[in-house]
Amino acid sequence: MSALSVTKATLMKDLRMEWRSKDAINSMLFFSLLVVVIFSFAFNPTAEESRLIAGGLIWVAFLFAAVVALNQTWARELRNQVLDAYRVSPAPPNALFLAKVLGNFLFVVVLEALMAPLFVVFYQLRSVGPVWQLVVVALLGTWALVVNGTFFAALSIRTRSREIMLPLILFPISIPALLAMVDATTMILNGDGTPSFWLKMLLVYDVVFTLVCLLLFESVFNAE
Amino acid sequence: MKLLSIMFIVFTLAVLGFSTYQALVVAPTEQTMGDVQRIFYYHAPTAWVAGLCFFVNFLASIVYLWKRSLNADALALASAEVGVVFCTIVLITGPIWARPVWGIWWTWEARLTSTLVLWMIYVSYLMLRRFAAGSQTPVLAAALAIFGFVDVPIVYMSIRWFRTQHPQPVIAGGEGSGLDPAMWHAFLWNLLAFTCVGIVFIATRYNLQKLENEVEAEHAQLALRGSAR
Repeated sequence: MSALSVTKATLMKDLRMEWRSKDAINSMLFFSLLVVVIFSFAFNPTAEESRLIAGGLIWVAFLFAAVVALNQTWARELRNQVLDAYRVSPAPPNALFLAKVLGNFLFVVVLEALMAPLFVVFYQLRSVGPVWQLVVVALLGTWALVVNGTFFAALSIRTRSREIMLPLILFPISIPALLAMVDATTMILNGDGTPSFWLKMLLVYDVVFTLVCLLLFESVFNAE
Repeated sequence: MKLLSIMFIVFTLAVLGFSTYQALVVAPTEQTMGDVQRIFYYHAPTAWVAGLCFFVNFLASIVYLWKRSLNADALALASAEVGVVFCTIVLITGPIWARPVWGIWWTWEARLTSTLVLWMIYVSYLMLRRFAAGSQTPVLAAALAIFGFVDVPIVYMSIRWFRTQHPQPVIAGGEGSGLDPAMWHAFLWNLLAFTCVGIVFIATRYNLQKLENEVEAEHAQLALRGSAR
């Protein structure tokens, strides 16, 4: 089997499982809804204030929600020793990794698409800058979170208290990406010009860390 | 080997004593900041040692993934622990210096924030090592170490950009321009002293970890022999 067909088969399997159970998307949706409501109580912002803090709120909500899905990525494969079976098979580990990243990417993008209207309604948001730029920020930023998150989830399932470990190692590394997403979103919402520096930085972050993940995944996957 | 390490420790203590004398007595008192500026002789050298430790950690992690030698992993662990200790000292001496000079303990300025993020990355590295189970720990830790080190320049760039495009109180923190020759003298002696201290710490921790690995291997052997009998 070629790497591409492994990726496709794994991705389709994950999408089908998610389509039937809707575990990840439901828990992420409800979780981010809770964050939206709790933030609204905590800060009680006016429409003007919320435009200034919305970038932070949105991305913190999605970051926390993404962790919920990321934690389930590999845990699902631990049952019935799927990972062990995969390890002895000749299929390239990076193909599996890419399938998992693409799956998580799709889940989180769907979550963002579903949650965005809710943010607009609850925080009375109105973007001064062009909305398509927000889409670019969201796609680049989500990839940044998901590629590292999938990798670190593979690290953290090997530890005790695995659910706690993922955010502890993911958040410090993700700080630059989060900073870029939050600041770019705030700039666009307030019409402060094009966040070209942040977009370039996110692109560099995505490329660099995707490469590092692909270089290191095999060692981590086969670690005994 | 033993004699050599004892000699190096004695040398380190001697340099440390001399450099402390240089920093606290010989170096002239700074005109505007006063005696509190002397913390510079501890703040900057410890920052340098922390950076050095994290670099050693990065190299040792690569060597581990390449050669799978437990000694490289022991060096990675030792340098990360010592690095976090020195980075903590930087983060403590910084505010002590900033409070009387800038009037604030902390500001979200580029270098301070980057140092804090750096500290967090390596604390998470140590936590992963603590929580990971058994023989796979070195691989997982080495992977995270490479992520952490690759992240450092990106963190610095992003925070610098974030901080410079927003208005902020003007900070006069630069000590590089026009340092008095006597101050340079004291600074360089302290740099040498703390680099030696860092090396002594790393070497000691490295030897300890090697002993631990040996004990563990011995235990495993004993258990195997016990079950065979």
